[in-house]
Amino acid sequence: MSAEWPLYEVFVRGKRGLNHVHVGSLHAADDTMAVRNARDVYTRRNEGVSIWVVRADAITASSPDEKDPMFAPAGDKVYRHPTFYDVPADVPHL
Amino acid sequence: MDTIVQEDLQEQFEATLARGDRIEPRDWMPDDYRATLVRQIAQHAHSEIIGMQPEGAWISRAPSLRRKATLLAKVQDEAGHGLYLYSAAETLGTSRGELTEKLLAGRQKYSSIFAYPTPSYADVGTIGWLVDGAAICNQVPLCRTSYGPYGRAMIRVCKEESFHQRQGFELLMTMMQGTDEQRAMVQESVDRFWWPALMMFGPPDADSPNTARSMAWGIKRDTNDDLRQKFVDMTVPQAERLGVRLPDDGLVWNEARGHHDFTPPDWDELAAVVRGDGPCSAERLAHRRRAHEDGAWVREAALAFAARAEADRAGEGAR
Amino acid sequence: MTGDDAHWAFGTSFVDPLAGVDTTLPDGVDGGELAAYCLMLGDDALVASHRLAEWCSNAPDLEEDVALANIALDLLGQARLLLARAAAADPGAVPPLPAGSPVPGEDALAFFRDADDYRCVRLVEPENGDFGETVARLLCFATWRLALLARLVDSRDPVLAAIAAKGVKEVAYHRDHAARWVVTLARGTAESRRRVRAGLRAVWPHRAELARTHPVEARLARAGVAVDPADVVAEVDGVLAQVLRAADLDDLGPCAAGPVLDGPGGRDGRHTPDLAALLAEMQVVARAHPAGRW
Repeated sequence: MSAEWPLYEVFVRGKRGLNHVHVGSLHAADDTMAVRNARDVYTRRNEGVSIWVVRADAITASSPDEKDPMFAPAGDKVYRHPTFYDVPADVPHL
Repeated sequence: MDTIVQEDLQEQFEATLARGDRIEPRDWMPDDYRATLVRQIAQHAHSEIIGMQPEGAWISRAPSLRRKATLLAKVQDEAGHGLYLYSAAETLGTSRGELTEKLLAGRQKYSSIFAYPTPSYADVGTIGWLVDGAAICNQVPLCRTSYGPYGRAMIRVCKEESFHQRQGFELLMTMMQGTDEQRAMVQESVDRFWWPALMMFGPPDADSPNTARSMAWGIKRDTNDDLRQKFVDMTVPQAERLGVRLPDDGLVWNEARGHHDFTPPDWDELAAVVRGDGPCSAERLAHRRRAHEDGAWVREAALAFAARAEADRAGEGAR
Repeated sequence: MTGDDAHWAFGTSFVDPLAGVDTTLPDGVDGGELAAYCLMLGDDALVASHRLAEWCSNAPDLEEDVALANIALDLLGQARLLLARAAAADPGAVPPLPAGSPVPGEDALAFFRDADDYRCVRLVEPENGDFGETVARLLCFATWRLALLARLVDSRDPVLAAIAAKGVKEVAYHRDHAARWVVTLARGTAESRRRVRAGLRAVWPHRAELARTHPVEARLARAGVAVDPADVVAEVDGVLAQVLRAADLDDLGPCAAGPVLDGPGGRDGRHTPDLAALLAEMQVVARAHPAGRW
């Protein structure tokens, strides 16, 4: 059985006063499970106070340039414009 | 395809790279660039997931409650890292399911290091120190890789990975302050893992045909040999601080080069491991396959439940 | 406590789990009894955590690997605090180790006690079985534990009260997670329904033990320190019945009375053979190095 759970995009509000920011994606069978999985996967170090999830195939994206619609491969499958977290200044070198 | 448009796109792609800008999912990209990325990201993701096993085997036997929790949290992180990386690969139009199938069919690789056994609890510390240390050498430059989603996943991974290396070093340090038996455990483990750790950077540059192209594309930022040298230079003083011996008589400081000279690992052994003939290769894949197959009915059930709930909602809406 | 909400498991320096906490015994409370009670709740959490951690790298999907590990980590944190409280309340309860051994009290209790000295209920001991059985067991365990901890926040022992306050938030999530899976599996496919039903049936007989009151629990409950499990039976049955209704598995019934467990049980040190096997594995490294530093 190769049934795959649909892909969800996850947005986390890091603390009060900030926007929800895209942090990544995950798979879940439904919206409720997606929120719960997001809590476990993306906030296990207390990174957030609020979570949004949305099915990736429900996102409508603008095209980065006008030629895009013709050439973007599998345009209906490649939907994301992910930003993840801001780059931390202290990416560890060791 | 119109050749002129094609050239135009290629030019834009290269201009983006030349500016040091990132390529994003909906941008046009050469097929080879996409394929190289999928291969590298998948291999990386698989390594995280297969890498849960050698250490995970010690969660049930960790000798203190704090170590038990630390190890569980670490192996859990690896599941998370695999998940971030599979997500990055999905932006290239491939799915986690497809990649998993390829791994299980032996058509995609994972890091050679996880084909080695972990017969001693000290291996938990050594993996943290040497293996995660080597992984960090590989991964930190990838935070600046040219493909946006991959770089962002790596930033997250690296942020969490620093805890892994520190806990490993700290475990070894603590054991070195313990009994004679514990010190012997640490040395024995380092003796076993030193050479496989050196192999983690891949074959020597002369035998790594894809390196040049990956570097031109900004997918890879340093050559295998440069990273290996960096790792050795970093590790030598750490070993001294720990009080363990690195098992290489040829390991000496070379004043003229400003680097340590060291004996290369057995490249034939690496080739065998990459072929899938490592000491634990079969076992690792079998474990992953079993988990994947045993979970199929659960994944299927959750989908069926979601479909039913959806239908119920639709039915209510219609009334 | 460890201060903020940060997960202590992520720290790498040694921290006394009860650092800065006043561990003075409340008036009129016997240290030996308090320690015995802490071992009951602590052993429940430790053994349940150990079993859940066995899922790591074996779960149905990566997301569930992460979720089950989170639950196991929560319970392991509770166990560590409770065993540390037991060691502080009654140093005599801690198994003797070679002179100069650096092993802290909570670790001595976890790794150097035999099965006979463990006080967990039998529910948490059996091997995991499939995912259906695991979520059935977790549902049962978390529902019961949440009811206990929710009352324990008013304990006269401030340490227990604080541990309970932290635990309530955690275990509420565990219960919810398990309940959702039970319902999902029950209403998923024919196969998943068959499996979760079998899981519930396997777990059900252990529920009787959860309703029993050990003499130590009775005495400490009267003293305002512990919770008498008899007081939470109705609540536990009510919650389970609600989940079963949502799962369309009413026919299993809450079986409030349950099969009566004759004679001594886990709280008295009488366990299933699975516990001895679990401990043999869990304790093997620690016992090989009784003077070891980790």
